[in-house]
Amino acid sequence: MATLTADQIEVGQKLEPLAYDVTATTVILGALASRDWRPMHHDRDFAINRNGTKDIFMNTPNLAAWFERYVTDWTGPRGRLGRMKFRMKDSIFPGDRMVFNGTVEGIDKDDSGCSWASLNVEVAVDGRLCTSCAVRVALPNDENDNPWSRKGDDWKP
Amino acid sequence: MSLPSEVQSWIGKIQYEEETEFPAERGYMYTSCSSVENGNPLFWDDAVAEELTGGPIAPPTMISVWFRPHHWAPGRTTEVQPLQVHFDLKQALGLPEAVMTDNEITFYEPVRPGDRLRTRQILHSVSEPKTTKLGSGRFWVIEVQYLNQDGEMVATESYTGFGYKRGE
Repeated sequence: MATLTADQIEVGQKLEPLAYDVTATTVILGALASRDWRPMHHDRDFAINRNGTKDIFMNTPNLAAWFERYVTDWTGPRGRLGRMKFRMKDSIFPGDRMVFNGTVEGIDKDDSGCSWASLNVEVAVDGRLCTSCAVRVALPNDENDNPWSRKGDDWKP
Repeated sequence: MSLPSEVQSWIGKIQYEEETEFPAERGYMYTSCSSVENGNPLFWDDAVAEELTGGPIAPPTMISVWFRPHHWAPGRTTEVQPLQVHFDLKQALGLPEAVMTDNEITFYEPVRPGDRLRTRQILHSVSEPKTTKLGSGRFWVIEVQYLNQDGEMVATESYTGFGYKRGE
């Protein structure tokens, strides 16, 4: 996996989209991987008859894991997440083809010398925005830099 | 309308300090990565983890996973409510409905296998009464802090909730 450095990106840059066909297994595996035992994430009858949704749907912690994967696929292993802010708008169901898109909205360097990219990442189904996520991710300044080595006052997410 | 003094006394106060039911462990880390097909070598290749992070770490977005109670546990009689302050506010303010409007996570020290994490909740603010299309109520901001066994902050989560009564 390649490592992205701060000098390789620019504001307005688009991340490569990621499309994924969601199945019942995707939803249930994701819910159980995040220890979310609530029935609307694995019991179709419950989801339809008690929640009034059309099917079981993806849970938020697993969606956060999808956003992390999407961002670090782009940065490589030296990219270090600092902050994520979620806006949930609609649900993702089995049978949906979810598509992640991301844009670099800002680049800055803090006073400890750490470089940051601010991203807007969205997941949509058939053009319907499901969740947006504002991400602040630290990138190495060069191939010798490692944001993971920052601790205490040198880490300002 | 002024806030009840009980609610006022909660603002800025650390509440509901709890330890996780089990230490952070790699099995869940692999299962989480597998569930989203996350091939980041940091989580699969110990040599990469050693070089970059001084050993294996958990994907940062797993933070809430460590605090979800077992589905069943021997002797348990009451159900644990994550974000208890949120439910306390609904009760104390007589607001039967509530939604979360925003959720922001900030990541600090990485979580490592074997870490015994603890959490605590702090009410930051409660708004004046507001009316939205959902109904009339108040907004509040709750911070959840996550710390490791050495007292280092590993993450904070900020939730904005709106508790309300449905419009007539």
